[in-house]
Amino acid sequence: MWEYTDKVQQHFLQPHNVGEVENPDGTGDVGSLACGDALKLTLKIDKDERIVDAKFKTFGCASAIASSSALTLMVTGMTVSEAEKITNEDIADYLGGLPKEKMHCSVMGREALEAAIADYRGVILPMAEGEVVCECFGVTDLEVIRAIRESNLRSVEEITNFTKAGGGCGKCEDRLREILQATVSEGIVTPVQVEGPKRMTTLQKIKKIEAVLEREIKPVLRKDGGDIELVDVDGDFVMVSLRGACTSCAKSQTTLKEYVEKKLREQVLESLIVEAAK
Amino acid sequence: MNCEADKVIYMDNNATTRIAPEVVDAMMPFLTDCYGNPSSMYNFGGQVGKVITKARGQVAKLLGAEDSEVIFTSCGTESDSTAILSALQAFPEKRHIVTTRVEHPAVKNLCENLDRLTGHKHRVTRLQVESDGTLDMARYEEALADDTAIVSVMWANNETGVIFPVEKMAAMAKERGILFHTDAVQAVGKIPINLGELDIDFLSLSGHKLHAPKGVGVLCVKRGTPFVPFLAGGHQEEGRRGGTENVASIVGLGKACELAGEKMEEENSRVKKMRDRLEEGLLASVPKSMLNGHKTDRLPNTTNVSFEFVEGEAILLHMNLYNICASSGSACTSGSLEPSHVLRAMGVPFTAAHGSIRFSLSIYNTDAEVDFVLEKMPPIIAELRKMSPFWKAE
Repeated sequence: MWEYTDKVQQHFLQPHNVGEVENPDGTGDVGSLACGDALKLTLKIDKDERIVDAKFKTFGCASAIASSSALTLMVTGMTVSEAEKITNEDIADYLGGLPKEKMHCSVMGREALEAAIADYRGVILPMAEGEVVCECFGVTDLEVIRAIRESNLRSVEEITNFTKAGGGCGKCEDRLREILQATVSEGIVTPVQVEGPKRMTTLQKIKKIEAVLEREIKPVLRKDGGDIELVDVDGDFVMVSLRGACTSCAKSQTTLKEYVEKKLREQVLESLIVEAAK
Repeated sequence: MNCEADKVIYMDNNATTRIAPEVVDAMMPFLTDCYGNPSSMYNFGGQVGKVITKARGQVAKLLGAEDSEVIFTSCGTESDSTAILSALQAFPEKRHIVTTRVEHPAVKNLCENLDRLTGHKHRVTRLQVESDGTLDMARYEEALADDTAIVSVMWANNETGVIFPVEKMAAMAKERGILFHTDAVQAVGKIPINLGELDIDFLSLSGHKLHAPKGVGVLCVKRGTPFVPFLAGGHQEEGRRGGTENVASIVGLGKACELAGEKMEEENSRVKKMRDRLEEGLLASVPKSMLNGHKTDRLPNTTNVSFEFVEGEAILLHMNLYNICASSGSACTSGSLEPSHVLRAMGVPFTAAHGSIRFSLSIYNTDAEVDFVLEKMPPIIAELRKMSPFWKAE
């Protein structure tokens, strides 16, 4: 059973603004029956660009219905440009949080709002463009990249929780990992070919990473008066701290990516991403 | 913790069942005074060994098996793994398995991970089902090959209750010299089983599906079938399953099997009648609803009904307000993002799969409860449909 906050339960059991506004000025239709959730948001917008009425119709689980209900309350009274700034995190926060597996419900709310505003302005959403990555749920690379950036996603699993991509047949997992790496490294890293899925627990990763650091990397850095410490491993992200001469070295970023990351990818896991700890 | 069980209308008996009060009574001495280890030499332990023998006899009787064929395990999943991995080890040169697309995860996920678990490459034939959830026997016959080590087919499906003709399938496997395993977790206690007359080599059952506690199961292995233990260890279960016996639960399971034998008639008459009334009532009172699974080749206690254009989790949480307990094959309740693999294998359209609800009854349900559910369900579905962008009111 999901652990829903009281607020989610209230909005699910007594949802606000169910229905469709008459002669809407903006309509957002997202999701589909096949995906298991869908939302139709209709907005009434006055001449001052203020949202005076918002109604929803939702097919989906408790968190999808609650997110929709919350969204209508949040936007009513806002100007269009204020409403535009609402993120999926804002919707989740309004509800006192959502289970992590259900974050995609809040994303659906934001997408419907965007679609309704675009409809009001008569523009075509850029989200409809991009290359479809996940065929099961029709998610494009642009949507995945946006979710990674906005919600600071750190693993394929988190991408699935937020966008549903990868939650069906799982064939796109490698591609999602590539997008994750490329997005986080902002183009520094070229996607690597992963030979078949390799799964390791965080503990296994830490042990192996430490072994490689001790055996190969530390001796090399120490020759130049530097050093390195493992700070944390979070999903595929390896946080390290450079020490000694490395801290003042202008080439430390290059060392990290070209040397440390390369070694760890060769010897531990292809998908690892090395970053300097703050 | 007080979970107010008396207020609950429990129609989720394929998930788990209430422990029968008689079972609790039978177990209590072994949770209190009689804590001896059955393997010990002194009487205080040895006397406990005797009650395990009695329980073994009670289980064997329900299955129509010999006492020595019954091995106690920790759950249905362990029994399934033991059977399949045993067959693969007994015939290491055979690398093919036949199973179905609608198996419980205990078998399905095992078969998907065999290569990793055994270090060998295997072929797995997963038989497709028809739209009513039944199997095509011609395709089954075609699937049996010279290098097939074992067939693993559930006796009855947990989601739809559809019964497979395992008696016939086991005989066909035997003709080809292939071992046959059936996951009978949902069937035991609900339909008559007589292993003595059948060619079934391995049968799995789980205590908590038939009013015994959780954490105990059985693998019934036909005498003469090659067997390799899953848990190596002590000499318990004649060396076929190491680990100190879960005495209280084994005693409980024995008692539950005895009761199941006595109540089988009631299960197939009174319970079946309630199930039929519930099903017919729902289909009649809720428009755009449909039955998933074969109408007659089915367990007497299970019905799986889809309500189109609404989502299962939302339905269940509304039912929860009335303390009605059931299950759904919707994506949101499965922990994955896709609806039930069973309904998808049957080709149930997405519009219906997401809104499927499974009711599974037991002898503890009453006619008054069926009336209550029949009264509450139509308004719940109507309320959610009002909210659904796909629902067009007639």
